[in-house]
Amino acid sequence: MTKLDINGRVHDVEADPATPLLYVLRDNLGLNGAKFGCGLGQCGACVVMADGEAVYSCLTPISVLEKRKIRTLEGLGTAEKPGPMQRAFIETQAAQCGYCIPGMMMRAQALLEKNPGASEEDIRRALQPHLCRCGTHMRIVHAVARAGELMKGKS
Amino acid sequence: MNRVFGDVCRCTHKASYLLASNFGAAIAAALILCGCASHESVAQAEPPKSFPREQVAKGQELAHLGNCLGCHTAGGGKPYAGGTPLKTPFGTIYGTNITPDPDTGIGGWSLEAFSRAMREGLDREGRHLFPAFPYDHFTKLTDEDVAALYAFIMTREPVRQENKRNSVPLPRASVGFWKSRYFKPGRFEPDAKRSAEWNRGAYLVEGLAHCGACHTPRNKLGAEERDKAFAGGEVEGWHAPALNAASPSPIPWTAESMQAYLRHGIADQHAMSAGPMVDVVHGLSQVSEDAVRAIAAYTVSLDARNAEERQRARDAALERARSAVAVKGNAIYDGACADCHNRGRQQEGGALELPLGTALTIPTPRNLAYIIRDGIVPREGERGGWMPAYAGALTDQQLTELLEYLRALSGRPAWRDVGAEVRKTSKEQR
Repeated sequence: MTKLDINGRVHDVEADPATPLLYVLRDNLGLNGAKFGCGLGQCGACVVMADGEAVYSCLTPISVLEKRKIRTLEGLGTAEKPGPMQRAFIETQAAQCGYCIPGMMMRAQALLEKNPGASEEDIRRALQPHLCRCGTHMRIVHAVARAGELMKGKS
Repeated sequence: MNRVFGDVCRCTHKASYLLASNFGAAIAAALILCGCASHESVAQAEPPKSFPREQVAKGQELAHLGNCLGCHTAGGGKPYAGGTPLKTPFGTIYGTNITPDPDTGIGGWSLEAFSRAMREGLDREGRHLFPAFPYDHFTKLTDEDVAALYAFIMTREPVRQENKRNSVPLPRASVGFWKSRYFKPGRFEPDAKRSAEWNRGAYLVEGLAHCGACHTPRNKLGAEERDKAFAGGEVEGWHAPALNAASPSPIPWTAESMQAYLRHGIADQHAMSAGPMVDVVHGLSQVSEDAVRAIAAYTVSLDARNAEERQRARDAALERARSAVAVKGNAIYDGACADCHNRGRQQEGGALELPLGTALTIPTPRNLAYIIRDGIVPREGERGGWMPAYAGALTDQQLTELLEYLRALSGRPAWRDVGAEVRKTSKEQR
């Protein structure tokens, strides 16, 4: 039994300690925000946060995540009450198919929590490991900059 | 004493810096004893307006072979405009602007001044250059190659960018003392008993490519220990593995595998280039295949083991790899690494079978700690090997556990103080 603190709620998980977090999120807990893209840490669609750092959930075994605070897309807000990162992506219409966006948002969230004044250059560098097949990178960069503004209370 | 140093050496550093440590004091005393010869400046001269196209092309190839960009271009900066920090045990030295800008670069340097810098370690004004600039290797260059490099450099875009100040608390004059002890000027001498390819490789490896600058250990004064040539060295916190018979590679390198590694950054059964080696491979990916083949031929010949010994090592390594990947036993490895590293090289996404990896068999866990934490990322906009970064996913304690497990997979004696090494690499990161 592994105890996982996800979005502020502790879950007792019945799974092999070597199981990557992604499968536990999706298959055991029904948290489908994080996506399976490549399963090899090459695309970024599965990224979530652990103690404020962006991590590939497809490559992070649950054994290393006990006692850490995990945050997934579901922890950023709800459809009814989206958080600033989600509002910014909606406002700038940054998604095409949307498959890569949860990972992008989580990496961006980790960046802005550490560096609220992140420049466009910082955003580009941080998102470098994320792939978007639709090619909406320009809008994604714009959305993250906008999220930074919203987090500072700008309208 | 301050005055003496200032007068003789035209040096702006204060002697009190120098006397701040015993080491400094020893050098100061030695300087007084041996004197510090001053050198004539070479007159400013406008370089020729143009050079033959073939000479510039040759110079470009040589510049890639020498990885000039590695030190003389800052990340995101203009090519050859300098500013790259090189951390040495003596302080940080910044690569200088070698574009032909007349004020901040070397636009006022004649071929004579350029050649003297390359092969004698003196700048145009006659001041000693710190041996972070590897003139102890470049001294072997032929006149023809120096002239080609000059032609290439002088036809680059001039960039106005002031050089950054080095943080080495030693006067330039101390370099005169260093040179008198350790610097052996002189051109490359071919070995008539060896093939033309081997000799070309030797000329490149010992000279322009300055491989020993990282792969040979250095003494306390920063000079390469000639009796331990290619026995493995240190560069910017990374271990540069031994290339001689002490090579840590579980499977002995062949000229073919070395050539593939140097050219593409990946050798299927050895390693993927990482750390400071990435820039070297970038340079070697731009040059002719036969130059890389020559470098590979010479490099592999440094390992004096005979064919039978090599075969034995190879068989044992493959056997170990086969049995090690079949074992499951560490949750971190199984969850984080096995998906790629136990997949077999030939499969899509298949990574190196780790018992064959050089990072597991070198004397320090640092390279592996850097690789796991930061991943392996190709240079921006370029193709190259890839491994995801685990920074954030693993705590220092978990990384330590994983490193100890991987070391055990390699079958070598355990590393000492892995936790301390991990903390060192993590502090250096931040």
